[in-house]
Amino acid sequence: MSSVKRYNIRMAGIGGQGVVTASHILSNAVIISGGESSLVPFFGSEKRNAPVESYVRISNDRIYEIGEIVYPNVLMIFSAQVITLGKSYTMPFYTGLKKNGIIVINSKTPLKFSLDEQRELDENGARIYYLPATELANEVAKTELATNMAMVGAMAAIFGMPDMQSIEGSVRDRFIGKGIVVSGGTAALDSVIEKKFAKKQKLLEANMDTIKAAYQFAIDQGWAEEAKNLREKAVAV
Amino acid sequence: MSDPVAQAPQQKERVRKGDLQKVVTPEHMFFEAPRETQFITGSEAAREAIRRANVDIAISYPITPQSETMQQAGYLYDEGYIKDYYRGEEEIGVMAAIAGASRSGVRSLTATSGPGLIRGLEAISSWPGARVPAVLLDMCRVINTPLAIQPDNIEISFLLNTGLIVLHGENQQDFFDYPLIAFVVSEQVDVTLPVVVSVDGFFVTHARGHVSIPSADIKLPPRDGWKCAVPAMDNENPPARISRDAPIQKSNFISYHMHASWQQEVFAAVQRSARYLRKYLKGLVEIVNPDAEEMIVASGSAVSQSREAIRQSAELGRKVGLIKIKSLRPFPAQEIREACKNVKRILAPEFNQAGWLHKELCSTLYGYSNAVIQPGPRVFGGMTMPTEMILEWLEECRK
Repeated sequence: MSSVKRYNIRMAGIGGQGVVTASHILSNAVIISGGESSLVPFFGSEKRNAPVESYVRISNDRIYEIGEIVYPNVLMIFSAQVITLGKSYTMPFYTGLKKNGIIVINSKTPLKFSLDEQRELDENGARIYYLPATELANEVAKTELATNMAMVGAMAAIFGMPDMQSIEGSVRDRFIGKGIVVSGGTAALDSVIEKKFAKKQKLLEANMDTIKAAYQFAIDQGWAEEAKNLREKAVAV
Repeated sequence: MSDPVAQAPQQKERVRKGDLQKVVTPEHMFFEAPRETQFITGSEAAREAIRRANVDIAISYPITPQSETMQQAGYLYDEGYIKDYYRGEEEIGVMAAIAGASRSGVRSLTATSGPGLIRGLEAISSWPGARVPAVLLDMCRVINTPLAIQPDNIEISFLLNTGLIVLHGENQQDFFDYPLIAFVVSEQVDVTLPVVVSVDGFFVTHARGHVSIPSADIKLPPRDGWKCAVPAMDNENPPARISRDAPIQKSNFISYHMHASWQQEVFAAVQRSARYLRKYLKGLVEIVNPDAEEMIVASGSAVSQSREAIRQSAELGRKVGLIKIKSLRPFPAQEIREACKNVKRILAPEFNQAGWLHKELCSTLYGYSNAVIQPGPRVFGGMTMPTEMILEWLEECRK
């Protein structure tokens, strides 16, 4: 049996940041590029600033299991508040992270962890990358609502997939194409951002530009190269 | 004064899209019609099933995680795939209304989740005895305190001894196939019973999966209200008869003998449905690695987790088998006894605290297998079951 390569990603952020949307875009892009992926969102009362998690599985083989990912090998933290204010369903935020896991945190500067947290992260060989996703979104798309796009872009660089064309197809599906069933709160935010960009085409371009900027940022920081070397090793599932 | 009715503007004749669909046999719908694969959520898969099910009336009351599916059903009503649709006041009202709708001879659909199911249970458990063909989609959710909306499936245990037919779907594909099959089986003359199609909420309803579906141009044949174990309510001759059979409504005035035979007939009808379910579901169970010494027996989402666990186990060089139970009522006792006769260890992973499947397995296999039946693993409160947990339990029971 050929070995199965697998990314089990836990995304954590706060309501309104587009965590669930990011998981849809990443997962759908993997499908468009010919891979296998599944996702499940997790949130309580739908309101801005409340904790949100979403889980994405990516594989080169059929994915059977479903539900939240208890033992991820990748964490995407969309807001530092997940860690600093404990706005999370998972405390501490790295609970269950497999050995040598990848953590991408949306923060311009490194966060200070407690001694215990730092020790556990070190013992587990966790690699932490700090991405200024909100700054990139403000700079490129002129709105922090594109923070989630920056997170997707950096992940694509670190994973070495999905390709940019598939990501664009996925973003198009989400905002222009056949549409994905969204909840009431998300639909409300959609209409806010659609008003901001008079034409949906402009919205698509702003999102893609943010994704590409974050992608390039991750390449420039050497994260993609480092992850590529590690990918040669079997991924623990 | 002129007649206001005569003055009303002529409503433009609206074409119901359902009227443009071609009626096909269940066999064609399930086995022959060309299918294409879509990557959609469980709620969307259910919507596509309802679109092709020739539903006359849908009634429901919102509750998470069911709401998204019945919101989709609302769109189908708007497009003209469902003839009538309304939101009830609450679940007892909804479930009572479904009984009334079905008794009048039309194809009836409802859906609910966890607490809504329990609220409607008084009416629901009266359906089988009233011989009401209908389909209830049940998206499982925690019912006990502490409150949660996640897919703990303890509510299924409340359905098992009511005389309902209960199917438990594993994934989005099942949530497309099972509701269509449910309508067909529910309305067989020698069955004439309500069918519940349960899935674990969120994991199936709100997540996307590959679903292979036939064209939207076809639909199931309509319900024939007269092809029924008991006739449809006579609405032509007022006052409509409230009951189909007077003695049944007379409470303690009915003879115990009459009551006993009525109950026995309901449960016999559940057993008779197995013939149709075996055909349309392609078996009440699916068995993976039938020659394995260790067998995981599961239903619902636990099956998906088990598939991945046995794949990982194979990578470690151990062959583990799996029995997916598709139908909980009728329970596939015969199939499970046959599949487990030489098995040494059985694991029953469940998404609930009660272990209703474990109890079912113990009573089914008593005297038929020497296997040790492990009471777990179990997860509570709607948490998913990590495959690591299944592997640990396997490891533990080998000691």
